[in-house]
Formats: sequence, C-alpha cells, structure tokens
Amino acid sequence: MSYLEFLATYSDRFIDGTLVTLGQFGLAVLVATAAALVSGLMKMAHSKLVRAIAVGYIEIFRGTSLLVQLYWFYFVLPLFGFSMEKFTAGFVTVGLCYGAYGAELVRGSIQSVPRGQWEAALALNMTPAQRMRRVILPQALVTILPPWGNLMVEILKGTALVALISVADLMFETRQINNNTYLSAQAFGTALIIYYIFARFMVTPTMRWLERVMARKIGRS
Amino acid sequence: MLDWKLDFTWEILPRLIAAAGNTLIAAGGGYVVAVILGLVFVLAQRTPFRVLTFIVRELVEFIRSTPLLLQIFFIYYVGPQIGLRLSPWTAGLIAIGLHYAAYLSEVYRGGIENVPKGQWEAARAINLSTVQTYRRIIIPQALPPALAGMGNYLVGIFKDTPMLSVIGVAELMHTANSIGADNYRYLEPYTIVGLIFLAISLPTAWLIRRFESAVRRKMGLTR
Amino acid sequence: MKDDMSQYPLRLEGDSVPMVRFQNVTKRYGQLTVLDGLNLDVAEGEMVTIIGPSGSGKTTVLRMLMTLEEIDEGVIYVDGDPLTHMEKNGRLVRANAAHMRRMRAKIGMCFQHFNLFPHMTALGNCMEGPVHVLGMPKKEAEERALELLDMVGMAHKSDQHPSRLSGGQQQRVAIARALAMRPKVMLFDEVTSALDPEVISEVTGVIRSLVDQHSLTMLMVTHQIGFARDISDRVCFFYGGRIEEQGAPGILLDSPQKDRTRQFLSAVLEAN
Repeated sequence: MSYLEFLATYSDRFIDGTLVTLGQFGLAVLVATAAALVSGLMKMAHSKLVRAIAVGYIEIFRGTSLLVQLYWFYFVLPLFGFSMEKFTAGFVTVGLCYGAYGAELVRGSIQSVPRGQWEAALALNMTPAQRMRRVILPQALVTILPPWGNLMVEILKGTALVALISVADLMFETRQINNNTYLSAQAFGTALIIYYIFARFMVTPTMRWLERVMARKIGRS
Repeated sequence: MLDWKLDFTWEILPRLIAAAGNTLIAAGGGYVVAVILGLVFVLAQRTPFRVLTFIVRELVEFIRSTPLLLQIFFIYYVGPQIGLRLSPWTAGLIAIGLHYAAYLSEVYRGGIENVPKGQWEAARAINLSTVQTYRRIIIPQALPPALAGMGNYLVGIFKDTPMLSVIGVAELMHTANSIGADNYRYLEPYTIVGLIFLAISLPTAWLIRRFESAVRRKMGLTR
Repeated sequence: MKDDMSQYPLRLEGDSVPMVRFQNVTKRYGQLTVLDGLNLDVAEGEMVTIIGPSGSGKTTVLRMLMTLEEIDEGVIYVDGDPLTHMEKNGRLVRANAAHMRRMRAKIGMCFQHFNLFPHMTALGNCMEGPVHVLGMPKKEAEERALELLDMVGMAHKSDQHPSRLSGGQQQRVAIARALAMRPKVMLFDEVTSALDPEVISEVTGVIRSLVDQHSLTMLMVTHQIGFARDISDRVCFFYGGRIEEQGAPGILLDSPQKDRTRQFLSAVLEAN
C-alpha cells in the first residue's frame, strides 16, 4: 500500500482522533489556566492554611507522573465516589497536572512586577483587588506569556496520554491503525507530523501573536 | 466507601519497590543518554556550518513539539519494519534519551548565551584558544545556571518513565498495572506508585536546589 | 569597493617603525561607516589618548586592535608586522586564526566593565593567561601575578572572587591581568566610565604609575580630559570616524584649532 493509499484509507480516523485531541487540548488549557491562576494566587496569600493547600496541590501534581495521575483519577477516584467519563477524566487530569506547573509561572510573573508598582498603586489608595487587577496582573501577563506558550505545547503533548485510558484521541486512533495494519512508520509518522503542525504552526504562533498584542497594549513594544 | 487493605499492601509493596529500582535505572540510563546527546545537539548548532545548524535546530524543535509517548511507539515499532529489532529497554532508553536531549540542549544553549559577551572578549584579550575559552571560561559560568534546568529535567525524565510501560518495560507503572489486573484492585497499587513518585521526586528536587546553590557559592558566583 | 592590497607593505621596516600603525582603516556596520580611512601611528612607548563624542569610532579603534572587530579596508600593523593580514606568496591576505593569535600576544586590554572571570579569584584571573596561554609554570605565574597585584595595590585581596570586590578594585585586578601577559601595547577602553567618582583615582593612579615606570605603548579612550592632559604624549580628537584634530595635550586641549574640538571640549568641561 502506498502512503497516499494509506492516508486515503485512514484519513477519517486520523481526523476523528485529531478532533478529540483538540477538544482535550482546549478543555485542558481552560482547566490548567484556572487551576494555575487560583493556586498561584493562593500560594501568595497571607493565610498559612490557604498557602498550604496551594503548596499541597502543586507539589503532589508536580511530584508525580501525569500517567500515574490519569490512572488514579480514572480507576481509583471512583472508589471515593467520584466517577468521571474517561473523556472528562482525561482533560481534567491533564489540566490539573499542568496547572500545577503554571502556578509557579503565575507566582513568578507576579513577583517580577517591580515593588514600586505595588507602592504606587497603594499610594493611589487602590484596594488590594484593584491593585492586583488593574496594575499588577496586566504587567505580569506580559512576562508570563512566553513561558505560558511552552506550557501550551506541553499540554498538547500531555493529551496524548489520555489514549491510555481509552479516550479515542489521535494517539489512540494511531495505535489502532498500527495494530490493524502493522504499518508503523506510516501510522506513527503521520501522527507525529500532525502533532508537530499543531504545536509549531498553530499553538506557538498564536502565543507569539498574543505576546505582541499584550506588549502593545501595555506600551512595551 | 474506602477500603484500604493493609495485608494486600504488605503483599505487593516488595514487588513495587523492586520495580521502583527499574524505574530509577530507566531514568538514570535515559538521563545519561540525554546529557551527552544534548551536548552534541548544542555544539552542532554552534559550528559555522549553516546547514548542520539548521538541521539540528529543526530536529530539536520537532522532538520538543511532539509527544514522548508517540516517539516511544515510533522507535519501538518502526525499528522492526526496517529490520532493526530493539528490546523494550533499548527502544525506551533511546526514545526518552533523545526526547530529553532536545530539552537539555536548550538548557545548555541558554547557559552559554547567558555568559556576557565581555567574557568572550576578555578571554580573547588574554589570547585563550577557542577550546580553552569554552573549557576554562564559558562552561564553568554556563554550568551553574544550567544546573537548575538540568536538575528539573532529571526529575522530569524520572516522572516520564511510566510511559515506558506501554512497550513492556517492567518499571513501576507496568508492575502496578499487572498487580491491578491480577487482583482486580487498583486502589493500593496506583496509590502506592503515586506515593513512591512523591517520595523520590520531592527530596530530589530539594537536593538539586541545594546542590545548585552550593556550586554557585563554590564558584564565587553569588552576589 | 575592493581594496588594492599592493599599496600596503608586507611589513614595516626602517629606523622609526611605529609600534602601532593604522593604514587607511575603514570599518562599517551595514550602512554606517564607523571609521573612515583612519591613518594613525603610535610610537613605541608613546601614550596616546583618544577623545571624542559617542559614536565617533574611538572605542572601535581599540577593539579592532584587540581583534574583537574585523576591519573592512586597510591594514593594521603592530610592531612592524601586519595584524589584520598576513603574508602569503608575497602578498597580504586576511589573517587566519593562528596568525591573529600570534599577534595578539603583543596586545593587552582593559575593558569598561572589567570583564573579570567571576569564577576565578583575583589571583586566578591573573594566572589564567600566563599558565594556559604562555605555558608558564604555575609557581612562576603565581609569583608574577602576586607582584602585579601588589603593584596595583590588590595583593591583600588576591584570594577574593570578583563579586567581593568594588568596581575600582576589579578594574585594578583587570589591569594586573592584562599586564601579566607582558604585552607591548596596552589598551584602556573607558576604564573609569563604570566607576563611582570616588574610586576613579584608584585606577587612574595605577595607570599614571604605569606611564611613569614602564615603556609600554598605550592607547586610551577616556572622557576624563584632565587625566588625559596629565599623562598623554598626544591626544586625538575623533569625530565622525576620522581624526578631526590631534596634538600634544597642552596644545590640543587648551587651544584647539577646529570648531568641533572646541564645542566638544566646552561641552565636556561644562559637564564636569
């Protein structure tokens, strides 16, 4: 079978898988962003308890493997009374895992805003929430975007693991095709190229564009 | 709701701990491959040969942009197709080593680029050769800031070894899977695996931070 | 525009060969011409100071002499031999790395930002070149380095890393490091510009004593007109990549002939 025939025969399955992967990616990004923002801010809170919760979340998810977390969420969590569809378990776990990495980025970017900015906001008698929302976060956003772009690529790659709890994503479909045809180079090679195109020509350029937009908004371009 | 079986725990613990040994061997072996290959990647990008630089740069980008899991499958299954039968261990170490070599080459590159231009100029002003400049001036200064990244990826490689279970490397995850399947119990094996990962990666990360600041102090690089 | 290399001698010979000669040297960055056909001779043992507004090409002169920048046209000679070029089959061609390395041994340089090696002590900085480039035995290199550190008043800090030293102290160590290579020509590139005002005299004092006690050839770029007046044999005023005016410090600084020189000097004196 030529490669073109191979593609013609299995393109539907590659497309189906890719759509599931994109769904997993989009939802995982949302979960990760929310988790990173919340836990990153919590880690800077005054209350020791709040900080401890954030540290616990971050260290547990950063200290173990995404694959272990996936299996645990999918197979063990139901024993505690939380059952999730495999699709949901997939993006939630991927999102929480990378959210823990994102939390450190959030904290770092907020701390990178010069002290003088806090003091100036205080001098204008802003409330703590105003200081954060109107002065600090917009500036932190500019510094966080480049590493955040790398995190996005990591999330995309991380979604490949949901295939191991049988979510029918690109990875899963590719493995099925390989098992049916033994055309490993064609099957896995095609999937590698699809992931590469998404990471290199969609995720990264989008993040670069966002960086430029934000830099312009804040007058640093 | 929760019924954690202690006797089952004691029964499976020795097997899991033994498997953790395999996990550490896989991580260590993969890391050695990555550290050396990463150096090759970064030096290849610093030669005056434009074509070589371009090819290596794109290869590094490609490896970094695609999932390790897929790379593991690719290397393991495509090998036989071209007449190269790799054992799961060999394929796994190649895949994981190659993947992290791409990341480490970026860490090295950052470290080298972090050395101020004036250091290259001062080295030239006292007439050091290129090799001497790298060995005596640039690498000693590039290394301390690179250590943090290198350490993170050591922990990272360790946490990615469970993916090797998919091609049958008998590390922790693989062992936990088979215990789970044999006994229809997943609570204990998966939870213990998680705890073993925490027990190894958290202290390691802490040690790496200590080590890094010790190296900085020793080299007089602290302000 | 291709330079006709036959106009340049293979080496300088005769009774009064200058230690440094720039012959028709041009340097461009893209469209911008930084140095425009520069001709400059520096005699052995002479102390020449270069002054001029920023962007006038004065630092580039030193950086080219240290082979940190390539030149686009012309030839630089050091101690009679071409630095930027070398002889091949009876004509001058671009110098290769080995030739430049051989020639560089004659030149030492101190930088605006010191550029000490942060992972080595003051002593280590001064031993690095002698041991690893000149192949001097460690013991001998150490003795010599300590002598030089003593000369710049830094012997008591020889075991300190640069991060523990003040700017003035770092610059003095940097001078010792350059001298340890026994250069024939010393280059000082705005060595006091990054220093706090109160420590500038530490460094100028060292340079002053070098001028008094040694027969080194020196080129210095500085903004300190008073210092230049005290120690220079000659001052060159650079403007737009050329020497606008040059002469003995008393004459050039006190009664400049050109308008641009006057304007520059009055602006600098105003600032001080």
